[in-house]
Amino acid sequence: MSETWIILGASSSIARAFARKLAERGDGVILAGRDTADLDRDAADARVRGAPLAETIRFDARDPATFAPLVARMAACEGTVSAAVFVGSMPAQSEIDADPALIDGVVTDNFTGPARVLQMLAPLMEERGGGTVVGVGSVAGDRGRIGNYVYGAAKAGFATYLSGLRNRLTRAGGHVVTVKPGFTDTAMTWGIEGMFLVAPPDKVAGDILRAVEKKRNVIYTPVFWLGIMSIIRAIPEPIFKKLSI
Amino acid sequence: MQWKTADYAGWGRARSARGTLARPERVPALAKALGARGPAIGNRRSYGDGPLNAGGAAIEMTRMDRLLSFDADTGVLEVEAGATLGALLRLFAPRGWMPAVLPGTGFATVGGAIANDVHGKNHHNAGSFGQHVLAVTLMTEAGPREVTPEGNPGLFRATMGGLGQTGAILSARLQLKPIPGQRMRVVETRIPDFDAFIAALEASTAEFAVGWVDATAKRKRLGRGILEEGELVEGTRPGLPRRAKSVPLDAPGLALSWPVVKMFNRWYLWRVPDTGRKRTRPLDEFFFPLDAIHDWNRLYGKKGFHQFQCVVPRDAAPALRDILATIAKAGVASPLAVLKRMGPGRAGHLSFPMEGYTLAVDMPARKAKVPALYARLEDMVQAAGGRIYLAKDGLARPETVAALYPELDAWHAEVAKADPEGHNLTDLVRRLKLRSAA
Ligand SMILES: Cc1cc2nc3c(=O)[nH]c(=O)nc-3n(C[C@H](O)[C@H](O)[C@H](O)COP(=O)(O)OP(=O)(O)OC[C@H]3O[C@@H](n4cnc5c(N)ncnc54)[C@H](O)[C@@H]3O)c2cc1C
Ligand SMILES: NC(=O)c1ccc[n+]([C@@H]2O[C@H](COP(=O)([O-])OP(=O)(O)OC[C@H]3O[C@@H](n4cnc5c(N)ncnc54)[C@H](OP(=O)(O)O)[C@@H]3O)[C@@H](O)[C@H]2O)c1
Repeated sequence: MSETWIILGASSSIARAFARKLAERGDGVILAGRDTADLDRDAADARVRGAPLAETIRFDARDPATFAPLVARMAACEGTVSAAVFVGSMPAQSEIDADPALIDGVVTDNFTGPARVLQMLAPLMEERGGGTVVGVGSVAGDRGRIGNYVYGAAKAGFATYLSGLRNRLTRAGGHVVTVKPGFTDTAMTWGIEGMFLVAPPDKVAGDILRAVEKKRNVIYTPVFWLGIMSIIRAIPEPIFKKLSI
Repeated sequence: MQWKTADYAGWGRARSARGTLARPERVPALAKALGARGPAIGNRRSYGDGPLNAGGAAIEMTRMDRLLSFDADTGVLEVEAGATLGALLRLFAPRGWMPAVLPGTGFATVGGAIANDVHGKNHHNAGSFGQHVLAVTLMTEAGPREVTPEGNPGLFRATMGGLGQTGAILSARLQLKPIPGQRMRVVETRIPDFDAFIAALEASTAEFAVGWVDATAKRKRLGRGILEEGELVEGTRPGLPRRAKSVPLDAPGLALSWPVVKMFNRWYLWRVPDTGRKRTRPLDEFFFPLDAIHDWNRLYGKKGFHQFQCVVPRDAAPALRDILATIAKAGVASPLAVLKRMGPGRAGHLSFPMEGYTLAVDMPARKAKVPALYARLEDMVQAAGGRIYLAKDGLARPETVAALYPELDAWHAEVAKADPEGHNLTDLVRRLKLRSAA
């Protein structure tokens, strides 16, 4: 049966790599984002790679008027509908300290914007009795660190939301994969100091697709981040609060 | 962040630069980065300072790699310039098509293949990469501009092999080559010496041919090696997909020392029995044998290495033998050297190929005598009426290069129109004074 994915934040290089893999396995893709002119080139790429359907659609996490058309477009697709969320923004913590109003945008981009879209899409998925939601959070959501706790808090909120959505969609035959990437070599991290063990986007996208196929619930990618985060989560708060990692 | 400050190097790592790098993933980001004025670069598989801009900005094109259209009837592919040739081979071979020209590494990008007008193991019958380019789209301040051989022959020609100097190539339309399957029938033959090698290359009727030469062998054995001939055959890809190994650390200087290299060459050459050997191999393993080890350039240690590649006209084979003898005598360790026949095909003013024979040899930069040796080889190439390959070069002198490339002035005139303010200069272009000609 045909499967069509809506990719929110499709211009991210991780999303691009994931959409390519979907296209190569014959799924349809609807690429949602702010720069639809450039996304048209990604849609062309998906078609050349074998996607039976590849389109773009405007989506801005901070503009709720763009949400309903996404759901309507997916409703018009036959077969299984699935969604993958790569939306995110990470202003430097120092910028947020200087302008706390930035918090709203960070929370909207990383959490509430995509969550509203998924919330609107959920009834359609339930009606079709299946489909997958991929939600990309971050290892940064596992613990609030001095370096980026607002971003981390938004990702933590999104992760908790995804856990609940999983609980809901599972009952209707659907599935939700929560993805926690570690440092990935993308436009977001280009030029940021202090990165280590940086993974190529294609590696992360491959891990995500495997998790979809195996119906995994929560993955860390690359997998060694599971170990790193287990240690970081295990550090008692009285000690953690003094660390700057 | 759009820019980062970094130390970066050509593939040989003997030439490096400190500067700012952007790596746009979308067209508007590319346009913005170009505003900072710097050359577009690919995967830095050029050995010397071609992809460097010390003290300035450079724009890495590797994330601009989308396939824009493909016509399965004609094999015409439009693709962004950052796509690697290895990726195109992987994607299109199962559909019966491949890039018409492939260099020895699959990591070269389409943009880099155009900017150096690269050649492959089939140059003697397929010509150079640029001869299969139907159109390029350059990023200009006014936006993307399509350039075709019919519509704008001067600019098109200056762009093929044009070292990125006519502007950033956003995308290209390529004529792919139909193939019967995903296998290469390979025949390997042991060759005793240089003259026999030239004779064997001349006699070969194979579509693809490459010679691996033991550059450490002297006198009677000078030029001994293995001739590898390939013909495309039907069938799916044999074997498992390749998983590249990587070199985790810079090798200590000794790793490629003279005795080690000599032993390696002997082992490499002797693995083919006297009577030769026939094998069926996957295309990527045939075309990109060195890609099996991801960072093999680190084997040369921190100081890196240079590659010397020249071509001499067909009637100057004896001069090439002298060049090889000079290298062997100098005793600078150089694992496998490559010897190929070339046809006349070339697409640009500064394209390297000419009908004749080409030889490529690696030389570790830590050897003090390498620059003097290289200079001597330059003179020998010039005397033979040949050329030195700029994609490999990090040492040549401007005077020689001007003499080796007679169309330099014509190229310069086109480039001056396309990039009057010199936004695209690279370290190589500055070192060889290519933009100050005429
Ligand atoms: C193992 C190995 C084997 C090789 N074998 C061969 C061979 O058989 N035949 C052969 O011909 N070459 C060979 N080469 C050389 C290689 O093919 C060329 O150097 C090629 O240009 C590398 O492409 P790149 O994408 O890495 O470009 P880079 O090295 O990054 O850049 C090369 C030039 O291209 C320009 N450029 C790159 N992208 C763009 C763009 N989008 N727009 C405008 N300008 C651009 C740069 O400014 C620079 O001048 C080999 C190299 C290696 C490492
Ligand atoms: N890179 C890492 O190390 C890393 C680590 C862990 C998690 N992640 C997460 O991985 C995901 C992908 O990020 P990336 O690294 O690939 O960086 P990226 O290129 O910056 O991707 C972020 C994506 O979010 C989109 N976006 C941001 N704000 C938006 C808005 N208001 N409306 C619509 N789209 C918006 C961007 O679209 P535009 O093109 O319109 O800007 C872009 O597609 C993000 O959720 C990120 O938090 C990344």
